[in-house]
This record gives sequence, structure tokens and C-alpha cells, in this order.
Amino acid sequence: MVKNTLNVGRISEGFVLDHIQAGRSMDIYKYLHLDKLDCCVAIIKNAKSSKMGKKDIMKIECPIDFMDLDILGFIDHNITVNIVQDEKVVDKKCLRLPNEIRNVIKCKNPRCITSIEQELDHVFVLTDPENEIYRCKYCEQKYDGRLRRR
Amino acid sequence: MRHLMSPLDFSVEELDKLMEMAEDIEANPEKYAHVCDGKKLATLFYEPSTRTRLSHEAAMLNLGGSVLGFSSADSSSASKGESVADTIRIISCYADICAMRHPKEGAALVACAHSSIPVINAGDGGHQHPTQTLTDLLTIHSLKGRLDNMTIGLCGDLKFGRTVHSLIHALVRYPNVKFVLISPEELKLPGYIRKDVLDRQNIEYKEVVRLEDALPSLDILYMTRVQKERFFNEEDYVRMKDFYILDSKKMELAPRDMHVLHPLPRVNEISVEVDSDPRAAYFKQAQYGVYIRMALIITLLNIEI
Repeated sequence: MVKNTLNVGRISEGFVLDHIQAGRSMDIYKYLHLDKLDCCVAIIKNAKSSKMGKKDIMKIECPIDFMDLDILGFIDHNITVNIVQDEKVVDKKCLRLPNEIRNVIKCKNPRCITSIEQELDHVFVLTDPENEIYRCKYCEQKYDGRLRRR
Repeated sequence: MRHLMSPLDFSVEELDKLMEMAEDIEANPEKYAHVCDGKKLATLFYEPSTRTRLSHEAAMLNLGGSVLGFSSADSSSASKGESVADTIRIISCYADICAMRHPKEGAALVACAHSSIPVINAGDGGHQHPTQTLTDLLTIHSLKGRLDNMTIGLCGDLKFGRTVHSLIHALVRYPNVKFVLISPEELKLPGYIRKDVLDRQNIEYKEVVRLEDALPSLDILYMTRVQKERFFNEEDYVRMKDFYILDSKKMELAPRDMHVLHPLPRVNEISVEVDSDPRAAYFKQAQYGVYIRMALIITLLNIEI
């Protein structure tokens, strides 16, 4: 083992998420519902990065049709998604800001209909791609929570 | 099928047609007296309202149709916990069109997603009140003969006043409209409207505190009420509520062809003595509200005239 390095083994099928903003990997773990998946997940926090200073990396061993890239694009579209099959990177996915996200974040506006209507989806719409602004589809309240990379 | 959720749902051309029809209704009411014979309007008002509910009902009755509905959540199945989605599915079986007011923002949008009849948003909390904006546009158009080349003074609570925000959104679509924003520092127009709407579209505007400074340059003065329910403490409300009082003396500073509008109800912001000034247009505005709602019902029901 090389000094000051930490080795995590290869995965045979799944994803390697690179260039995650340092400290955000647990948020991604939560929103990808990885706690509910019976598979091998490695989270590397605060890895050294020449580009970012430090970064988080995740390795997820799972079928490749599992992941909802829209959620990942919403959280941080700068993340690099490497798709692994047979222990090799077979593709790199570019993330984009999704036009709409459903039931990922909740509208916090107590005056919004989502606060009382039964089984109503929480939908946020990308209203200003230039400034990456999402608004609740119903009350148009701007999302300013901490889930998105800032 | 079409609904009305926001005043921007109609293009400028569609608004022109709607206002043209409303002005024809004003001139020839008998021509429209039976165009909705056999049609029913449901007014689903989950919170009290006088003007909005009655003007929708008057509009339908003037067209020969009939009305049904409720005027508070207590007298509807909402008190039993029924969702908006379920209520509108049921109402769709009883009526041809509905107008809904609800205290929660976005309620009308939920309704239109589950409705098989056109839904008119008659106010969803502090969010949208599109028929008020259509009323304001028709009033200005009827009084001035145009919606472009105009200086509009907006006075009072510009921070929380949704009618003011909607009117700005609607008017910036017309060329050479300028705004004078008259408010105390605490009730200034929110930054996101100044930045995202006015600055982004290079709309000329100025902000002043004294109404007297603005009056000489205005074509339209749009007064608003300082709403008690928007304040967290009584002291702030008391300090703000009488900040502007338009009276006959101030009206002397205004041009002869300026008109005063107000979404009503007014409290102290327009002195009763101004009512007799020919430039006071706020009661006419209520009448225009019926004409534009008549035109809207005809349009959303796709009735050929």
C-alpha cells in the first residue's frame, strides 16, 4: 500500500461517481435511496483532487438501470458518472439539469396546496436554467434548500 | 379545454380579443343575454369573498346561465377532509365551468389537473388572482383607449400586494409602459420583481416615497390597501396603514385625464371625497370586472357569438 492512500476495490457492475463536492456524498446516498438497496457501496470522503482540492467519490455496485440520473443532475450536475461493466468503465454520462423533479424535495411554503392536499406529488420545475432556479409547480416558491450544490 | 390560472395564460393578441368582446358586451348587453342558456357555473369558494364570487355569478347570470356552489370551506366537503382533486371531479359532473377561490397557493392548478370542465382561478392565497388583473387591464383600456405608451403609478403596499405584481407582469408586455412605484421603504416592490421583470426587460421605472411627487406625471394611479393580515405585529400595521391617503387636495396635483383605480375594498387610502371626482374609476372598475368575466366565460366555454 502506498503511503497516505486508501484503496477501494473495483466493482464489476455499477457506477463510480466522481468529482462530488466534498461532504455531499451522504446527501447523495440518501436521495438515491441507497440505504434501501442491498448492494455494496463505498463512500470516500475528502479525497485529494487536483481540480477541486478535495472531493467525495462513491462506488455503487448495482445493475446499471438502477440509477435516477435526473436526481443526480439536480443535486450537482458537475458530478462525473462512470458506468462500469465487467470491471471496466464503458461509458461516462454527462449530467444535465432536469426540467422537472418529482418527489425529491418538498415545498416548504406553508401556504402551498402541497401542504394539505392528499397524495399530491411535490414537483419542482426549472424556471431559469441560466441561474439554475427551480420553483414549486404549484405556488412558484423558489427552492433555496441546501440539497443543490452552491 | 382551456383554464385560466395566471393572467399570462393569454397572449397579448388573445387579451385584445377578450377585451374587444368585453367592450362589445358593455355596448350591446342584449346580444349576449342568452348565449349561456342552459349552462351552469359552479363557484367553489373555500374562503369568503364578496366581489369576486358575486361578479362571477353576475357574469354567468347576465349570459343567461345559472350558478351553484359554496361560499366557505365550512359549507363544503372540504370540512370533512375531501381533497381539491376529488371535489373538482365531482363538480365536473354538475357544472359546465367553475370559478375557484382557495386559501392555498396552487389549489386551482391541482383542480385543473383533475377537472373535465374549464377552471377559473378566482384567487389562490397570495399567489394569483388573474381575473382581477384582466379587470384592471380592461378598465385601463376602456378609459384610456390603449395599454401602451403609459405611465402607471402603483401606490401603497407594493411588497405583498399580489394585484400589483400581476399587473406589472401583464403590462410589461405592452410597449413604452413606465412605472412609478410609490411606497414606504418597508413596503417596496420585492427585489425579484424589480430585477427579474423590470430590469431584465429594460422597463423604465422610478421609486418614490411621496405620492405628491408622483401625481403630476401619471396616466393611471393604482392605489392599494395595506393589508392587516400581512403584518406580524399590530404596531407595524398601524404605522403603515395610513401612510397614503388620497384626498381632493392631492388630486389637484394630478393631470385632468388621470384615472384612479383600486382593486377594492378600500379602507382609508382613498378619502370618500374623491369618489365624486370624475377621475375616480374604482367603482367603474368593478363593473368592468363583470364584463371581462362574461367575456372569459364565453371564451373558455368556446361559445361562438
